[in-house]
Amino acid sequence: MATEHISNQTIEEAQQEIIDEFAFLTDWMDKYEMIIQMGKELPAIDEKYKVPENLIKGCQSQVWLHADFKEGKLIFTADSDALITKGLVALVVSVLSGHTPKEIIASDLHFVDDIGLKSHLSPTRSNGLLSMLKQIKHYAIAFNTLQH
Amino acid sequence: MSTILSSSEIKELRRDFPILNQKVYGHPLVYLDNAATTQKPSQVLEVLDNYYKGFNANVHRGVHHLSQVATDAYEEARKTVADYIDAGEDHEVIFTRGTTEGINLVASCFGKAFLKPGDSVVITAMEHHSNIVPWQMICEEKGATLKVIPFDENGVLQLDKLDSLLDDSVRILAFTYVSNSLATVNPVKEIIAAAHNKNIPVLLDAAQAVQHMAVSVRELDVDFMVFSGHKIYGPTGIGILYGKREWLDKLPPYQGGGDMIKTVTLEKTIYNELPFKFEAGTPDIAGAIGLAAALKYVNSIGLGRIHDTEAALMDYAMEQLQKVDQLRMIGQAKNRSGAISFLLGSAHPFDTGELLDKQGIAVRTGHHCCQPVMDIFGIPGTVRASFAFYNTAGEIDALVAGLQRAARILL
Repeated sequence: MATEHISNQTIEEAQQEIIDEFAFLTDWMDKYEMIIQMGKELPAIDEKYKVPENLIKGCQSQVWLHADFKEGKLIFTADSDALITKGLVALVVSVLSGHTPKEIIASDLHFVDDIGLKSHLSPTRSNGLLSMLKQIKHYAIAFNTLQH
Repeated sequence: MSTILSSSEIKELRRDFPILNQKVYGHPLVYLDNAATTQKPSQVLEVLDNYYKGFNANVHRGVHHLSQVATDAYEEARKTVADYIDAGEDHEVIFTRGTTEGINLVASCFGKAFLKPGDSVVITAMEHHSNIVPWQMICEEKGATLKVIPFDENGVLQLDKLDSLLDDSVRILAFTYVSNSLATVNPVKEIIAAAHNKNIPVLLDAAQAVQHMAVSVRELDVDFMVFSGHKIYGPTGIGILYGKREWLDKLPPYQGGGDMIKTVTLEKTIYNELPFKFEAGTPDIAGAIGLAAALKYVNSIGLGRIHDTEAALMDYAMEQLQKVDQLRMIGQAKNRSGAISFLLGSAHPFDTGELLDKQGIAVRTGHHCCQPVMDIFGIPGTVRASFAFYNTAGEIDALVAGLQRAARILL
């Protein structure tokens, strides 16, 4: 069974926490170690959701993203075959999972820029990350429409 | 005298490549992506600069002085290339945009003239996409079949299958001299002779060969050969198609336009002769002159010394990489050149590559435009370190240390 990521923080608080954690790390290898560690802690996606329909397009490595809708909140689970990618996915999931579609639609995701990741990610990874954020917003818009 | 460049000679030569002297993420740049593109020496950059500052003009057209100077330099460049590959005559050398365009040109023009339904084209399973897709396209258009010479688990072509593959339906054989993903050096002369024995012409992809070893088109007796300027210390956007005159004369033109015509009326155009027949439009004049400068630079060091120096560096790298736990090489042919492809345990090649990058080490990761090769090995891709004569033993040590650090994080 997939473990769910339920957050008591707001999206903004979750972003700030990540920014603070990364602020201590000056060496890029340490930052990457942290990203990979986050990936290892990412709640596992149920194997049955690792299907082609859940693959994010635009990623060079494979990324599966699954959305559940429970008690008005979107719960994301995800996985990747590459560890750094999985870590980046974990960062995004930890910030956005467990929030309402409205909160997700309204969110301004600035942490990727703030921790200096965007300019250091290889273009293919950074495109993949953007594709994933776009997919999450699509889910949020879709579930928001369904609610009303 | 040793044929291997000494470390002080390499140090001196590195001064010709100012780009190598920089830091990436606080670490000295270790550039090991030479099979993707090589760096350019100042000698090439100065020639480009001089061309634009001193004698930029269109070629083969103008009556004026600058046009004559530019035309002379452009045609002199063709001669330099012809000498470098030992072509019989300058006009057998066609300037293209690169290896990819050269193969597309031959596939398209050869296909138009000689392929019909039921015919076949033979390639190998270790080709770059640029030596697969153009043939697939023309085969589809002409109702011909694409047949493939397989390779074994070491990355060595299974030539025992060659004789049966080269049957009566085969019109052309196209294959690579050196594999860009596995670094295998194929027994080119033997394969060409086998094809010629059955009157089958051969296109050789020499993109990963001409910068590492002496290649004589006449000694190989190859019918077509292609390579790119940017992989042999020249500018991007320029490449070479060599073709035997007897073949190039038989092919229809590739693109229409200026320079490739003798006379044009609105009813009928008479095409120009070689090499202009295949060079429609204003060519990459600066690129051609820059490529010639690059070849002269290589000759000034000596291709033999470059070959021996790189071979010694490859040996050192293979020996040192044994120190990295769980490193497995992909492609174990005895005869390899220019690159080492590998995987670090179960780590995704992108992860390994990205952690090397953050330590200032530039390698290529992924399928290297050889998805069929990766499918055969059942892997998503590899990490590829590829070498030039300017790489040092110290850089190999940095690679080994970088991989050990990446392994501690990833495995």
